This record gives sequence, structure tokens and C-alpha cells, in this order.
Amino acid sequence: MTKNITADDIVKEENLVYKKTPVLTDNVMHYCPGCGHGTAHRLIAEVIEEMNIQPETIGITPVGCSVLMYNYLDIDMQGAAHGRAPALATAVKRLMPEKFVFTYQGDGDLAAIGTAETIHACNRGENFTIFFINNGIYGMTGGQMAPTTLPEMRSSTSPYGRDVKMMGNPLKITELVARLPGTYYVTRQAVHTPVNVRKAKKAIRQAFESQKLKKGLSLVEIVSNCNSGWKMSPVQANKWMVENMFPFYPLGDIKLEGRLLNKE
Amino acid sequence: MKELKLMKGNEAIAEAAIRAGADAYFGYPITPQSEILEYLMLERPYERTGMIVLQAESEVAAINMVYGGAGCGRKVITSSSSPGISLKQEGLSYMAGAELPCLVVNVVRGGPGLGTIQPSQSDYFQAVKGGGHGDYRLIVLAPQSVQEMADFVGLGFDLAFKYRNPAMILTDGALGQMMEKVWLDEQKPRLKDFPSWATTGKSADRERNIITSLDLDPLKQEKHNFNIQAKYKKMKEDEVRFEMIECDDAEYIFVAYGTSARICQKSVQLARERGIKAGLLRPITLFPFPEKPLKELGRQVKGMLAVEMSTGQMVEDVMLAVNGRVGVEHFGRMGGVIPSPDEIVVALENMIKKISKS
Amino acid sequence: MTEEIIIAGFGGQGVLSMGKILAYSGIMQEQEVSWMPSYGPEMRGGTANVTVILSDERISSPIINKFDTAIILNQQSMDKFENSVKPGGMLIYDGNGISRHPERKDINIYRVDAAEEAAKMESARTFNMIVLGGYLKIKPLVKLENVIKGLAESLPERHHSLIPVNEKAILRGMDIIRPVKEL
Repeated sequence: MTKNITADDIVKEENLVYKKTPVLTDNVMHYCPGCGHGTAHRLIAEVIEEMNIQPETIGITPVGCSVLMYNYLDIDMQGAAHGRAPALATAVKRLMPEKFVFTYQGDGDLAAIGTAETIHACNRGENFTIFFINNGIYGMTGGQMAPTTLPEMRSSTSPYGRDVKMMGNPLKITELVARLPGTYYVTRQAVHTPVNVRKAKKAIRQAFESQKLKKGLSLVEIVSNCNSGWKMSPVQANKWMVENMFPFYPLGDIKLEGRLLNKE
Repeated sequence: MKELKLMKGNEAIAEAAIRAGADAYFGYPITPQSEILEYLMLERPYERTGMIVLQAESEVAAINMVYGGAGCGRKVITSSSSPGISLKQEGLSYMAGAELPCLVVNVVRGGPGLGTIQPSQSDYFQAVKGGGHGDYRLIVLAPQSVQEMADFVGLGFDLAFKYRNPAMILTDGALGQMMEKVWLDEQKPRLKDFPSWATTGKSADRERNIITSLDLDPLKQEKHNFNIQAKYKKMKEDEVRFEMIECDDAEYIFVAYGTSARICQKSVQLARERGIKAGLLRPITLFPFPEKPLKELGRQVKGMLAVEMSTGQMVEDVMLAVNGRVGVEHFGRMGGVIPSPDEIVVALENMIKKISKS
Repeated sequence: MTEEIIIAGFGGQGVLSMGKILAYSGIMQEQEVSWMPSYGPEMRGGTANVTVILSDERISSPIINKFDTAIILNQQSMDKFENSVKPGGMLIYDGNGISRHPERKDINIYRVDAAEEAAKMESARTFNMIVLGGYLKIKPLVKLENVIKGLAESLPERHHSLIPVNEKAILRGMDIIRPVKEL
């Protein structure tokens, strides 16, 4: 006679293989299914837990889809005006140099309205970390063209595709800031497969570790999808990202320990 | 022991900020207030008190650095002049919304646009009516001397922290550039204990602190607005500051702040030499505005002349305060022109003529 | 006592620093002082002027349009400020480069040829101290010892070795000033 297995038989300490980090709150995230933000949040929270720096970490949220990130991470956070997160982080880190400080910004926030703050914080070599989520579109406001929108890519403000003659070229701001003397660690990652998630987490860890060295700014770009804005299913969106975004925004480290890896 | 110095108004603000125990200054050069940043860089307060000084890439970045520092519960100050203060309005609105204290110095120059670098008082509306988007107010202090430039730094910080609201010192290029005697306060220590709301790192014994001006729920946002308005009401009850000069027997009064108030003090003397019983009400806080004393003077005097280096901005608040009880007129020069004591008396005489005709 | 002074000339003549030393001297004898420069584009190369007020009482307006004393060091300033001297007031000028001499009949006028004297003394930078000396001869409002103290306050320490030269210039100014018209 076999006994029926109940939940109580399974939920036991010795059976635990994975659990949600306590650095994430229990709030239900508002992100669309298939969006990369949730995974990126989790990885940052896990690294904070693993480094045991929850009481020492202050995060700055952007304006964009992740404006409500402070609902999901159980750390002290400040919400910045659109594009200004690196300015806030500059002050927070300089006033509390022993703390870990990061900004979390989308492509519109970081590479359009906040370009000046981004470039100058990088160039000054501020000792904080920028997490840059690049999905090639303005997600929150309904899928408008972003500075990172690919040539010919459709959005609600480039309904016939991005015409670079009329609308300008996409901005590879990560490659740009990597060339500044103030950046120490610059990398581009993704979170659409388990392998990429592991690599991204390693990069996030390395970025936080870089703060301890006080050698400058670390920037981790995460190329993500916006299946709602791209008007695709999550699976289609990931496939489209691999086929179109990655060739333009290739994954991997760009600058390690203050040295550019590919001096093209 | 206080220390006596001969200083420019701008320098006095910078030195007073160090002595008030400020934690940081973030700013961007613009005439006529660059001496503040220059003085701080020369003085190296990071060696004296640990105070941070940083030249930002723009006024926009500077005010957002102020936001970040204030969010950590620190005493943070920035300064600029009119065009730069316009750029800071976004940040000030966010700080008012997020209920963050800070001190902003506006050394006003003539506008609109790039305008001139000469003194003006044409940013009154922007300063006292909010300035950026949304329903909010700044605490606005109007010094009239180099001594008050120094004194209002400490006062501004105290009020900003008391109400968790940005405070502004509204001054102009004349006060910024002129030198007078100033008694400087002793060095105050920098804060060691930070407010409970500050993002200093979430320790195990408390909930996380979130600094934000965002609440997407309209009812919650409305409640937040009511809370902010309650603070402004309290300021109107408790924080009004003003000075009355020769008002006891006055038949006519000037209403003027800052540089104009200084000039009007001479005009009061000149008018009295000519047999006119003139006085001066000088608002020291422009928000909250001294409505009550003006209302009371409205019962006593035959006319009020608001003297401003603008086309007439504060005069509207004077009119609101007296509510039609007495005639209120405006005299002003603008675009960087400073009125002379004599021409103010002439303007007063013209007003008196008009009133006696009617 | 309140003395309202304007000092006006070219930028580079030491107009502002002369005013500053006068203001410091006033502080040394516990007077109220104000020092209000013209600034901006005028400050860079063209004319420069500064209003200094010394008083035993609280100073009302630091910005005034009538002066007890005008110290005038170039023609433009003569044209601009001769008529701003209060009746019965005083005008001091350096004759160097002046093509139209002062014409007022209701004020005291003195001339101090400081530029010429500074050239003789081979010390062009003490020009403004010669002028100051002339002024103090006529209106000894501040004591010489307080001027020296004021100099020490306003000069950076590395320039304190220049104080004796400046003192000599002040004394020289006292010698060479002469009346043009006294009421």
C-alpha cells in the first residue's frame, strides 16, 4: 500500500534545492510574463544575499518599467527623476563610501534623457555600479522608439521601422563608456537562458566586488526583450532578440580590470 | 566665539555652509554666484570637516546629487543663478514630493532667458509659488545683508529639516558681490545620527526606507498632497519672519525684500527728510509671506508701494494680503538695473499725489 | 558719522582693492562698512568702480547715487560721477589722462597726481595707495595704523613684505595732494 504523498511530505528542509532569496520581498511583480526585469532583479537580490551586504546596499531606481523596483527588493532605495539615477548615486556613494550603491536603469533612462549623467558619472570614475537593461524600446510608455532601437525596427514612434537617416542611429552607449578612463568593469549579458542567467549573475557579483576595490565604475548591460512592446509572444521575442539584438549588441565582457578587451 | 570677517555675500554663504556642518555641496558655475563654488574648492572643506564639494556636469545633475545626498539624511546645499535655477526645478519638485530637505541658493540675475548677469529680483514667482510642476512650496528666505546671507544658511537647513522640505535663499548679484562685515558662527559638527527615514542601509531592526515622490494610486497621492499642504499651513502659522522699519507712525509704507529693502531704508530716511511719514515692511520669509502684518498695516496706512527689481511680482502677494483695504502700487527697475533711493522716493511722491487726487 | 565714497577708474588701477583696504580699515576701528563693486563686463578691462560706505551706524543702502566723496581716476569716470558728488562734498582726481577737468563750483576739489608719482617712485602698483594717502590727508577718517592693519588683512600673507612700500606710498600721497578749489 502506497501512502498518498502530501505537500507536507515534500516541503522539508532536506528536500530544499532552491529558495527565493529574502532580499526579494513577497510583492507580486508587475512585469509582463517573459520580461527579463524579474530575473535581473532576482540575480541582484541573490548576489546581495550571498555577499551578505543587504544592510550596506542602497539602490537607485529609474523612470521606466522598473520604476517600482523598490517594491521588490528589501533594501533601502531612492527613486530618481528620469535619467538622473547616476547623479543620485554619485552623492550617495560619496557621502557613504563604505556602502554598496547601484543604479538600475533602462535604455531610455540611461542612454537618452540621462546620457550626460551616465557619461559623466562613468568618466569621473564614481565607485558604484550601473545595471543597464536594454530592450531596445520604451516599455512603460507603450513601446516608443528608444536610443537603442535597431535600424528598421518597428516601434509606436517608428511605425514603418527606424529610418536611421531620419531618426538617427542606435547608440551603443556601453561601448562608449567602456572607453572612458573612469570605468573599471564593463560587460554585456542576457538572462533568457539558464546559461546566460548564470553568466549574468557572475557579472553582477563581479560588479559589486569591483566596488570594494574602489577603482571606478562598473556597468553591467543586460540585453532583454520587451515582448509586449515588440508585439510578440515571449518565446518569439527571445528568438528575435537572439537573432537581431545580439548581433548588434554582442554579449560578453568589454572591459576587465580597467582594460578594454577589443580595441577595434 | 564668533569670528569677524569682511566678505562678499557669496563667500559668506560658502563659509557659513561649512560652519553649519553641511555634508555636501554640488553645483555648476554661473555668474554671479560662482564665488560660492570657487571659495569652497579653495577652502577644501573636505579637510576641515569632511564636507564634500563637487562640480557637477550641469545644474540638473547638481540638484539630483542634492536629492541623493538628502535621501541619505545629509545636509546638502547647491547654488546657482536664475537660468540654472530653472534647470533645477524638476529636481526641486521631486524633492518636495519625496519630502527631502535641502538648501538651494538663487543669486538672481536679470531675465528672461539668458538675460543679463546684473542683479534682479525677477525670480520671485518661481521661488514662492513652487517653481516646478505640482502643488508644492519652497521655504524662501530673503537676506538683505552679507550677515544675513551667512545666518540664513543655518536657518535654511534647520527649517528644511524641520519640515522635510527644500528651502531656498533668494538673493541677487548685488548681495552676492558686495562685501560687508560678517560675524561668522563657530563650527558646528556634522550630523552623526541621521533621520529615521534616510536611506543609510536597511539594518535588520527596521523596515526598508524608500525615498520616492511616486504613488500611482490617486487616493493615496491626494492624501500625500494633503499631508504636504498641512506642512505649509504650519509654516504659515509658525515661520513668518519680517522686519518693520519706521512703521509706527507711517502713513505710507514701502514693501521690499533683499537688496530693494536695503535701498528702501535710505528712501525712508530721504522721504522723512521731505516730510513724508514713510516706513518699510521687509518680508524676510517670502514663503510663508507676512500676510498678517501687512493686513494690519492696511488699516493704518494710506498706501503701500511694493518696490522690486522686477515688473511686479511680490506686489501681487501684497495685494492679496491687504485684500483691497488700501491702495497698493508697484515700482521697479528690471533687466539688471538697480533703482536709486531717490527715484524710489519720487515714485512714492507720485503715488501720494495720485491718492490725494482720488 | 557716515562717509559715502565712490572710487572709479580703469580696471587694473587697483580701484577695487583700494576700496577693500578702506573697508578693512573701517572694520579695524569698529565701524560698519560696505563695499559694493560694479561688476560684470565692466570688470573685465573697461571701467571699474566701487562704492564704499564707512559709518558709525547701521548702513541702510549699500547702493547709492550721491556721494560725499568721489575719487576719480579716468576721464570716463569724471564724466559719469562729477555730478554725483553731494553739494559741499569732495572730488579727488588724478590729472593723468584728464582732458576735461572738474567744473563744479559747489564742491571741494583736490588733485593728486599719483600716476606720475608712482612712475617716479618706480612702483606702479602702489598707485592706488598714493591716491588713498591723498584722500586720508584731506579726510582722516581712518587712522594710518588701522590702514596698515587693513592692508595686512586684505593682502595674502606672502605679500606682507610689501606693506612698508605701501605705507611709504600712502605718506607720499599725503604730501603731494593739493587743493584745486576749496569752499
